[in-house]
Amino acid sequence: MIPIWAQVTYLGAATCFVLALKGLSSPKTARAGNMLGAAAALVAMVVTFVVYELDHLPWILVAIAVGCAIGVPAARRVAMTAMPQLVALFNGVGGGAAGLVAYLELSAAPTVFPLVAAVATVAVGSVAFSGSVVTFLKLQELITTRPVTPPAGPALFAASLLVTVVLAVVLYAEGADAAWLGALLGVVALVVGVLLVLPVGGADVPIVISLLNAFTGLAVAASGYVLGNALLLIGGTLVGASGSILTRLMAQAMGRSVVSILFGAFKGGSTAGAGAASERPVRSAGVDDVAIMLAYARRVIIVPGYGLAVAQAQHTVQELVELLEKRGVDTAYAIHPVAGRMPGHMNVLLAEANVGYEQLLEMETANGQLRTADVALVVGANDVVNPSARSSPGSPIYGMPILDADQAGAVVFMKRSMRPGFAGIENELLYDPKTTLLFGDAKTSLTGLVSAVKSL
Amino acid sequence: MDPSIALLTIFVLAVFTGYEVVSKVSSTLHTPLMSGANAIHGIILVGAVIVAGHADGAAELTVGLIAVVLATLNLVGGFVVTDRMLEMFKTKKPVEADATPRGGAE
Repeated sequence: MIPIWAQVTYLGAATCFVLALKGLSSPKTARAGNMLGAAAALVAMVVTFVVYELDHLPWILVAIAVGCAIGVPAARRVAMTAMPQLVALFNGVGGGAAGLVAYLELSAAPTVFPLVAAVATVAVGSVAFSGSVVTFLKLQELITTRPVTPPAGPALFAASLLVTVVLAVVLYAEGADAAWLGALLGVVALVVGVLLVLPVGGADVPIVISLLNAFTGLAVAASGYVLGNALLLIGGTLVGASGSILTRLMAQAMGRSVVSILFGAFKGGSTAGAGAASERPVRSAGVDDVAIMLAYARRVIIVPGYGLAVAQAQHTVQELVELLEKRGVDTAYAIHPVAGRMPGHMNVLLAEANVGYEQLLEMETANGQLRTADVALVVGANDVVNPSARSSPGSPIYGMPILDADQAGAVVFMKRSMRPGFAGIENELLYDPKTTLLFGDAKTSLTGLVSAVKSL
Repeated sequence: MDPSIALLTIFVLAVFTGYEVVSKVSSTLHTPLMSGANAIHGIILVGAVIVAGHADGAAELTVGLIAVVLATLNLVGGFVVTDRMLEMFKTKKPVEADATPRGGAE
């Protein structure tokens, strides 16, 4: 038993975690909330070193130093566009750590409840780890972002899930010293994690990150239970619960259910349109034509997407907006809740370019305004303005709320090529008679537009 | 109360707390919130340090130390990357203040 003062300090840290989450839920207090969480974690670590009589201290400190030496520069240097996959990776290693902690505690677990919790943690932690690695590979586009459905995938998934459960039961029956069984359980659970995430299509990956985040939280909570450590229990449970609700909120923003995201690919038909890259005529125009369209419009609404961020063109687009505003053109940004690679990602990216908060329209407001806009300028976005989400039930994004760019007087698409978007679906809007395409890198095109508008 | 039931009680109450705390968050903050929650479960570092500190033999110690490295990555990296995201939300505030002629507290 650790001393009372230490337990009270842990309780204080746990309270700070609750307040940190609360703070993160509002823009004004978010940064302070995060700081509070970090400070609480630091205090908890110091207490841990003081009260538990630890052996191997030098080694542990070296291990922490190694973790910091990798983690801090990675977090500092990552491009804001690549941040979702880094978060996925951090989540995965957390799950892995929880799994390993529980594995080591298997033999020490004295009674029924802790043993069950330990077995569950090994399984869930491993799933979170391997699943997160797959999401990382998808987001980094090291493997295809399309849904991957290996032959006999569902059977394999069911089998490995069954083996996981059986192993867990056997492990429980065997009790104590069955270290190899625990290891085997971990390995099979790793396979489950991979098979769980592979069939998920690129656009849905952020939701899976959030789900795995909740998994890791639960694994951490369970390992807290095993260790009889209330701080781990509370911290992990908070994340498990908030992660679950966050996953649901995100899925709602995309008009999907979590179940259909995870298992939708197996029902077939979800790759609809993938092969249909057609030869149909499109209308393309040069920078000067588009500049005239924009400069003489009354209202222009910009629909930014991930392509804008990839081209690092946030600042240039803002320059264009300021220029248009000076000419008396009413401009605003229409932000889809999942623009970018994660919900809210686009807000972060535009904030980086000093775009004022009041210029960003949330989807519902934006859709009202798009109807009266003369031009919708779509920069590097695709799936979020794809009308097939409204009209074709066969489409994988059917039911996802979209920005009604097609309701504007005219649509200008800035695209690199005719390649379909991240979800791999053809966009009908590209062939609409009122659509004009401006081919080229977003930054080059925008720079061209800025100088063309200036010279008008 | 039996200790394991006490822990179970904490668990149930924490579920509701976690649920309540984030249930009304705007989509703007989904990404930082997810990232911040991600950092919080890095507190598994406490568990990793405890098991590494009580490890018997080289094999257990190795596993424990790997857990410590992974958990540190999660905890430290998580808080740093979240702070970087939120820093950008903050730089926007002066712009907002400039835009409104009423000025502000400053």
